[in-house]
Amino acid sequence: MSQPHRTPATGRIDRSVPVTFTFDGRTLQGFAGDTLASALLANGIHLVGRSFKYHRPRGILTAGSEEPNALVGVAKSAAAAAAGQSVPNLRATQVEIHEGMVVVSQNRWPSLAFDICAVNDRLAPIFVAGFYYKTFMWPKSFWNSVYEPFIRSAAGLGKAPTAPDPDRYANRYAHCDVLVAGGGPAGLAAALAAARAGGRVIIADEQGEFGGSLLHETGATVDSKPATDWVASAVAELAGNARVTILPRTTVFGYFNQNFVALAERVTDHLAAPDPSLPRERLWQVRARQVVIATGAIERPLVFPENDRPGVMMAEAARIYAGRFGVLPGEEIVVATACDSAWVAALDIAEAGGKVAAIIDMRPDPGAALVARAREAGIRIETDCVVTGVLGKKRVKGVLIGRRKASGVVAAGEISCDCLLMSGGWTPNVSLHSQARGKLDWQPEKGAFLPGDPVQAQRSAGSCRGVDGLAAVLADGAAAGAQAVEAATGTPAPVPDFPATGGEAGSGWWLGTVPHDRNAARVRAFVDFQNDVTAKDVKLAVREGMHSIEHIKRYTTTGMATDQGRLSNMNALSIASSALDNQIPQVGLTTFRQPYTPVTFGTLAATSRGDLFDPVRRTPIHPWAAEKGAAFEDVALWKRAWYFPGPGEDMHKAVERECRIVRESVGIFDATTLGKIEVVGPDAAEFLERIYTNPWKKLGVGRLRYGLMLNEAGFIIDDGVVGRLAEDRFHVTTTTGGAPRVLALMEDYLQTEWPDLEVWLTSTTEQWAVVAVQGPKAREAIAPLVDDIDLSTDAMPHMSVREGHVMGGIPCRLFRMSFTGEAGYEINVPPSRARQVWEAVFANVERLGGCPYGTETMHVLRAEKGYIIVGQETDGTVTPDDVGMSWAIGKKKPDFVGKRSLARPDLVAEGRKQMVGLLTKDATTLLEEGAQVTVEAEPARRTPALGHVTSSYVSPAAGRPIALAMIANGRARMGETLHVPMPGGAIAVEVVSPVFVDPEGNRLNV
Amino acid sequence: MLLIHCPCCGVDRPEIEFRHGGEAHIARPADPSALDDHQWADFLYMRSNPKGVTAERWRHVHGCGRFFNALRDTVSDRFLAVYRTGEPRPDLDAASTGMEGGK
Repeated sequence: MSQPHRTPATGRIDRSVPVTFTFDGRTLQGFAGDTLASALLANGIHLVGRSFKYHRPRGILTAGSEEPNALVGVAKSAAAAAAGQSVPNLRATQVEIHEGMVVVSQNRWPSLAFDICAVNDRLAPIFVAGFYYKTFMWPKSFWNSVYEPFIRSAAGLGKAPTAPDPDRYANRYAHCDVLVAGGGPAGLAAALAAARAGGRVIIADEQGEFGGSLLHETGATVDSKPATDWVASAVAELAGNARVTILPRTTVFGYFNQNFVALAERVTDHLAAPDPSLPRERLWQVRARQVVIATGAIERPLVFPENDRPGVMMAEAARIYAGRFGVLPGEEIVVATACDSAWVAALDIAEAGGKVAAIIDMRPDPGAALVARAREAGIRIETDCVVTGVLGKKRVKGVLIGRRKASGVVAAGEISCDCLLMSGGWTPNVSLHSQARGKLDWQPEKGAFLPGDPVQAQRSAGSCRGVDGLAAVLADGAAAGAQAVEAATGTPAPVPDFPATGGEAGSGWWLGTVPHDRNAARVRAFVDFQNDVTAKDVKLAVREGMHSIEHIKRYTTTGMATDQGRLSNMNALSIASSALDNQIPQVGLTTFRQPYTPVTFGTLAATSRGDLFDPVRRTPIHPWAAEKGAAFEDVALWKRAWYFPGPGEDMHKAVERECRIVRESVGIFDATTLGKIEVVGPDAAEFLERIYTNPWKKLGVGRLRYGLMLNEAGFIIDDGVVGRLAEDRFHVTTTTGGAPRVLALMEDYLQTEWPDLEVWLTSTTEQWAVVAVQGPKAREAIAPLVDDIDLSTDAMPHMSVREGHVMGGIPCRLFRMSFTGEAGYEINVPPSRARQVWEAVFANVERLGGCPYGTETMHVLRAEKGYIIVGQETDGTVTPDDVGMSWAIGKKKPDFVGKRSLARPDLVAEGRKQMVGLLTKDATTLLEEGAQVTVEAEPARRTPALGHVTSSYVSPAAGRPIALAMIANGRARMGETLHVPMPGGAIAVEVVSPVFVDPEGNRLNV
Repeated sequence: MLLIHCPCCGVDRPEIEFRHGGEAHIARPADPSALDDHQWADFLYMRSNPKGVTAERWRHVHGCGRFFNALRDTVSDRFLAVYRTGEPRPDLDAASTGMEGGK
């Protein structure tokens, strides 16, 4: 349980609070304030994972969210792990440990130290860039069945948890004057400047603690205070300002249009026993007037052979572990660098008690001051030298040194060590600027892309725009914060002064492969660690014809890992430009995309899961149907009663019974979900005249008419029955799913094409519940309940509507209409009285031997009559004539929506598909909806089908299966035998009329 | 998410309150029967789809419910002007109703 690699005293961890956790079953201890990475390093553990493709052993490379190697699975406790509740692919460098945390390494079997798939590393020559495309092409059918499953199981990252996510996620919208992304020196200075000027400020940092580099810049002072004290006072000042929101553990991950910025806040992951009322994570959607991007810079790896071995680490990361976490990453440390900052890291580590064996600098002449300090610290210095290789597989054992000569690199011995720090200089972190569509400018003297002019209301500050040195970064942040708040509020804002010492600017950088003297064919230098992309892969991609950086990226997958190329892009670009013999700015950088770091689906979904995933609409009759044991189906957002199974009945039996009873006596059906629109005004009839195909002006008050609606292209988009309640008032019904669409279309024409018409449209779907009563005894069933309407056929014939009352004063609109072919009524009543009316009608229905029926029976009954369902018989390419409904078109009308299109050559051409009925020759086989219909039983290949089956049911009335179909020239094929080819053999069918029951319609008028 | 200024409500509202309505200023012919098939097909299907400034219809469907028109730059996604249905397309040089993320 000891932590042998702790420094004697440094760091911000709380050594009085030990924290116990497990890693691959091994119990380890860290301290409060540790990340998982720092705690593992304190225990001497570098090997933490296996790489994606080659399964190479990998160690902790960085100390930030850009970590490519140390991806782990984390569970809150052993109990959570046992219950299958864990989170895969977390970066150990971001995970804050807590008591009882259970951590497992990934992508290895059977164990991290011995991994079977490590054989992939030996096969590396075939796993080069693009190997999927080359190796697994043939036979084609093997891709889905053999290759992909195998590759997916061998390659990859963590395992998805097996249990449903037990956590809660929240979502919040916010507005502010200035959003500051990043809580390092530039971000804090910007936030202070903006807050002091009275702005509403949100400042977010992805780490648990604000301060960024100041947390390990141990020798620096700001405002004459030690840097960390200044951080504490800055955070206290911001926290004390009610107009400032401070968000630690919050990543600004997406920059969208018009300063709409998405933040992911990790609320409870760092707590062993969080308040159960807190969500695990919270998505912030912020509309910021101005954004200050202060995301710093990221140290760049050097690309030398075996640069991926556990124990190889970024120099600044090691400095952070030593200075902030009190951990020394090795006993014998060698530093390989091309820049000054790694010298500072080496000196800091030495001062913290580490042993730095040597600094290998590629430059012939590093700064004299640093050299002098290193000499004083007793560090061996090799200039004009490079690391040409790393000894050791699961841990660094030593490094090979080469001296740079004009003729090339010459071997210059080896140095034994257990930790190698590297630095190729710094890459300004321009991800958010780039997401905000800002262009990037290439700065050859810095070897970096810097933010160009912003497109949105944002500015970058500090080292993310190439500003170097603590004092300059603070000044830049303060200026950016003042400018931002001034732009947002219009109030002049003073620029505060934050004098600083320490954290001096450095120089030096290197891009691309490091030269070496090794056999180039046999060594691999990694560019993208997480995706196992080597320098050779990038060069190979160029040789194989990928000349655009976007193609190189996709072919090699470099820059496509979870760090989005923040570590690898610049090296890959440099290697590609050399191979292309072109300049870096001409080759160009790939686009940075959201999210900046991976975001959980839970955060994005927030509460939109389970019952809240989509709204559900239920009718007032729903509870009654549920009590009666109805099965339900989803229609648009509605739950509709599908069928009412009796004891021992399956769906088929229940529907057969319901159909028979409706035709024999009476059935009751919940039609509440139909869309309803009240169309009112002096021009209401004229408006409907233009919207529907049918004529309306002569429709008498108290009469109903079936209306057919086309789009401007002439195709059926909706239908429904429309009642005229007064000269200037219509009750329009639409299909259940089509109501919003129809209302929107009506509004569109009314507002934008015919604003002169005086018409008002109101959705009344929720204002009327509809009790449909259908069957020969329908009148008998409702008559005792109707107060003041004469129901006799003479007084109220088929297709009429009356306003009146039922059950002693409940207002109703009573429609006499039918969607079954039987006589029937639809009683529209206020939803609050619907269940009362329904139960009273049902009592009568039951007394008359009737029953409730559901949507399936409704479908069968209407199909027996050849009534279409929009969206089932029609598919957006069907005209009224195609479904035999030319009768619904007002021939004398000069115009209506879609009329002109009905005369288009294609819509009047011979050979269009027309609706017909189909009967299977054997009178027993039920066709499958969607099945193709052909002339021949075994049509030759490439023979087009004549059409397809649109509806198919067992018809109790016909005593056999029936079907509707759309068939080319169908009406001219009556009596023909066609075929429905199916896997079990073709089914012979006869083309018949689509009306199977009561073609004369006599039953409607009983 | 875009921030859209509704000229009827007079407020900036997020995109989710609105529905896009296709290209603006394509009036339905007063007498469609007077058009030949080619002209009618043009009206039905041909849209300009420019790279740059486009005039398009929006409806504040979860607000006032009104349709209105907007000029938007399809390259930057920036709204340059909004105006009521029936009003002529604004002259951009004269228009100064551009909307920024900031004030």
